[in-house]
Amino acid sequence: MIPPGGFLILSLILFVFGVIAFFVKKDFLTMFMAVEIMLNAANLAFLALSKWRGFPLDGQVIVFFIMTVAAAEAVVGLAIIRLVYRRRKTVRAGDWHRLKG
Amino acid sequence: MAIFLFVVLSFFTVASVTAMIVSRNQAHNALLLVFAFSCLGGVFGLLDAPFVAVAQIIVYAGAIMVLFLFAIMMFGSGANSPLEKMPAVVAAAVVLSVILLIELSAAFRAVLRPPGSFTGAASDPAELGDLLFTKYLYPFELTSALIIAGLVGAVVLGKKKGEE
Amino acid sequence: MTDFFWLIPVLPAVSSFILMVAGRRLPKKYISAQACLAVLVSFIISLLGWLRMAGADARTVPWIKPLFSWIAAGSFQARFALQWDPLAGLMALVVTGVGFLIHVYSAGYMSGDKSYARYFALLNLFTFAMLLLVMASNIVLMFVGWEGVGLCSYLLIGFWFEKPEAAAAGKKAFLYNRVGDTGFLAGILFLWAAAGSAEFLEIDASLASGRVSPALITLIGLLLFVGAMGKSAQIPLYVWLPDAMEGPTPVSALIHAATMVTAGVYMVARMNVVYRLSDTASSVVAVVGAVTALFAATIALVQNDIKRVLAYSTISQIGYMFIGCGVGAYAAGMFHLFTHSFFKSLLFLGAGSVMHALGGETDMRKMGGLRFYLPRTYPVFLIGSLAIAGIPFFSGFFSKDAILTQAFLRGGLFVWILGILTAVMTAFYMFRLVFLTFFGEERFEPGHRGRIHEPPPVMTFPLAVLALFSTVSGFLWIPEVVGGRAPWFSRYLGSVIPPGTESHPRALTEWALIIVSVAAALTGIFMAFYLYRRRPALPHQMVRRWPRAYRVLVNKFYVDEVYRSLVINPVVRASERLHEVFDLGVIDGAVNGSARGAGLLGKALNLLQTGYVKDYALAFFLGAVLILGYFLLF
Repeated sequence: MIPPGGFLILSLILFVFGVIAFFVKKDFLTMFMAVEIMLNAANLAFLALSKWRGFPLDGQVIVFFIMTVAAAEAVVGLAIIRLVYRRRKTVRAGDWHRLKG
Repeated sequence: MAIFLFVVLSFFTVASVTAMIVSRNQAHNALLLVFAFSCLGGVFGLLDAPFVAVAQIIVYAGAIMVLFLFAIMMFGSGANSPLEKMPAVVAAAVVLSVILLIELSAAFRAVLRPPGSFTGAASDPAELGDLLFTKYLYPFELTSALIIAGLVGAVVLGKKKGEE
Repeated sequence: MTDFFWLIPVLPAVSSFILMVAGRRLPKKYISAQACLAVLVSFIISLLGWLRMAGADARTVPWIKPLFSWIAAGSFQARFALQWDPLAGLMALVVTGVGFLIHVYSAGYMSGDKSYARYFALLNLFTFAMLLLVMASNIVLMFVGWEGVGLCSYLLIGFWFEKPEAAAAGKKAFLYNRVGDTGFLAGILFLWAAAGSAEFLEIDASLASGRVSPALITLIGLLLFVGAMGKSAQIPLYVWLPDAMEGPTPVSALIHAATMVTAGVYMVARMNVVYRLSDTASSVVAVVGAVTALFAATIALVQNDIKRVLAYSTISQIGYMFIGCGVGAYAAGMFHLFTHSFFKSLLFLGAGSVMHALGGETDMRKMGGLRFYLPRTYPVFLIGSLAIAGIPFFSGFFSKDAILTQAFLRGGLFVWILGILTAVMTAFYMFRLVFLTFFGEERFEPGHRGRIHEPPPVMTFPLAVLALFSTVSGFLWIPEVVGGRAPWFSRYLGSVIPPGTESHPRALTEWALIIVSVAAALTGIFMAFYLYRRRPALPHQMVRRWPRAYRVLVNKFYVDEVYRSLVINPVVRASERLHEVFDLGVIDGAVNGSARGAGLLGKALNLLQTGYVKDYALAFFLGAVLILGYFLLF
């Protein structure tokens, strides 16, 4: 009933918004949230496409894994951001360029 | 009925993401995303993936975003989360995003061309569990190892200086 | 014995290897003992092999012992195989026999030298290479030996390499040899193309069958002879030999008198099938030999360095050997090679004794009256001189006479006349040497007088043995008129050099020729006697009378200077230009340029490393978009 294209359009829009959010925000924490948006958009795309192709379960398995890994990634990433914050008391992306080549 | 639900849910999802972009308050951003992910969970449900839908709400909206909220609590900058002002970066991002949108649409044109319909049958969470322990056993085990690694890494990173 | 003659080259090789590896830690007595023993055993095996072969059925000869297959590239095969036949056996006996005596002599002569082990290692190595050269069954392996002796010559001439003259002389020898080798190699290639094989037996059969065009055979003969010109120091590639006297005197005796320089003659004799089929090539060989003989003799007339006289004498005598081969009397040429190895090495070693007595002095103007101080050296040296001058009953007389007789009968008058003139000069300059060195007033450097003494027995014993052979070896070829049967020597070589290449003169002709050559020798001796004993002031007056002629002779006709300006300098200049343009400009430019390019690229890429996370993210994004676009479009 719901056309699969609909889900996909939603996924694309969410992904692009996630990208824009990443570049528009200035602090690391919010930028990280934008990454999560992108991951979710990808999840949606996986589900829709796998169901469209006829093997819905595999898509769900993949989404399952992505969620798990995203959780672990969020943990470690937040720990790192916390350290970064501890160093300089600022979490703005613009203040961090010590690795200039 | 389903279409109506879908439209509503997707509208709310997109709206809250847009609000998140616009808002300058970190806590607001996080809460908006909680809402967005929950709606997305609903969308997952519409895709006949009950387990994933519930997992989305529990894990993403309920755990990950809560984690973010804790982080904001500890060292967030509160209402002071400005937007990027440098035009070059924003412009480049927007331009590239548009291009990406076009490309992805082209990539998925087979799916997007109406009228399409799903060919898959409804799925059973029990079957999902089956798959996890047979065909995808290896990634499953690896992922658990990955989580442990992440756990240990977070603990290590969280130590204060001087502690052993 | 068919199975053991391969040991002949191997023993000196093994000894050389041992000395190279462990020589420095071994005591001197042991080093010389091992080196000499290796050569002695090789000599004994050669002797046994020779006796065996003499008693064996002539049809089985030559015996060939393949050791391993070496080159197999398509249709070109070259085995590492040794051959034992009369010619190879003769050369092997000469190399090991004379070589052994010189090894013994060296043990005494070089006893004070700090590189004792290196010397004997090189001497053994040379012996190995020379034996390889003469015992090879195919021309490619022979070339290996050919190159090997050239290398050892370079190493031994430049033995005292701290002396710049010695190092330069070694280089010179090697380079001039190399020029000859280029021709030789070309000759080998053409030979293989013509005959289809590199093995001597197969070449002989193939060329004799007449299927090869005469022009090609002539070309092969000429190219191979170019190699001989270099190795055997004939015109125009002889200039390295006088300079080679910078090396130790035993080296001069072994390499530059008895063995290496005779390799060219051996080669021509071995390849006699080529030269018999090509009159042009044979004539070239004979003429070059004759002209060289005369030319070198004229230079020897006025040299003051005792070794230089002997060096030019060697060049001249080898010219004789080529005369013999060039007119088709290969056996006569080989016979002169045989006798010459005895008396020339005797003369060199004797000169070594003189130098040893006078503390290394080689200038004859600073010698004189030595016959009282060196009562053992003088007689043997005299014997050698008589032999080379061609006085009857000494070996040189028989061999020179054999060559000149054959030349007269077969090669034509021109060559014979040059030969006779050379004989006069040979006798003259040799006895000039004898009179200046052993007779007359003593003109020593101060400080030498009290210390002149004979060398130790280890050095005088080889001299005695060589003197003996210089006397008796001639009797292997007694001219027919005097009672000898058909020359044994040429019959001996009959399986290699087909019989019928010797002409048999009428008795009257033969007697006349003998008388003429003896007369020539006596004339030379008498002139030397007159000029250096009777009227010693006369040579100086002659120099004053014809100063320019004298200067030309003393300066060796300025040949070295001509070569330098015509060939060497242009080549050096061209190579310097090439170095600037190509080596420095192109190659260094490419290498340095690529380094600079890498650096520039790095600096360019550096601009991307801003340190800002967003910039990196943008780069990711751009990359992803591009890749996706690529896959969509293609």
